[in-house]
Amino acid sequence: MSADLPIWAVLVLSVLLVTAGFFALTGSLGMLRLPHFYSRIHAPTLANTLASFCIVVAIIVTAAVTEHRFVAHSLLISFFLIITSPVTAMLLMRAAIKRELQRREDQGTVSENAPEVKLEGSSLPEEEAGVSGGSTP
Amino acid sequence: MSQILDIALFFALGCFVLAICMAVYRLAVGPSMADRVLALDAMYINGMLTLLTLGLRFGSSLYFDIALLICMFGFVGSAAMAKFLLRGEVIEP
Repeated sequence: MSADLPIWAVLVLSVLLVTAGFFALTGSLGMLRLPHFYSRIHAPTLANTLASFCIVVAIIVTAAVTEHRFVAHSLLISFFLIITSPVTAMLLMRAAIKRELQRREDQGTVSENAPEVKLEGSSLPEEEAGVSGGSTP
Repeated sequence: MSQILDIALFFALGCFVLAICMAVYRLAVGPSMADRVLALDAMYINGMLTLLTLGLRFGSSLYFDIALLICMFGFVGSAAMAKFLLRGEVIEP
């Protein structure tokens, strides 16, 4: 396949392939190294979409150079991935948030609900105290 | 001149394989269940990219169809697992 490609096509393909590999590696490295799940989910979702787009452009360039025609059905993978990747990320984030809240409720109901009750209870006397404090002078 | 393309192809394939290995590590030691679903999501996308690169290397169009199937069914699997984590059941009555 690489015998009859001109020099500019080889250079463009090499740059696209190296970029795709770099982005895929960056995404998985971010998934491996970042501290929390909510920061971990950003890395592969963004970087894998960009890597797949680079590979698809490389396929289109190869087909256009070797067969002298425009192959558009490779864009289907990139289009599909652009649609489905944020959907999966949003579902996973919602599931993680729901499970986190459920775990916190299971751990300590009193320590979770006590600040809200205390905050709601303490807001009214402060206003009353401020009103009464402003009215007494 | 084709040596540059071969080097770039092997670099891309090595990067994808390394990314799959990192996803396998996150799949094994992930602290929560959502981490493991995210690792599976990254794994199928990297496998799809590997297949696309192999199709570019060997000049065959069969790899493209397999990659499209992996893309579609991988999304269905990830969405089903995320829905299971969210609701407790996949198909709601």
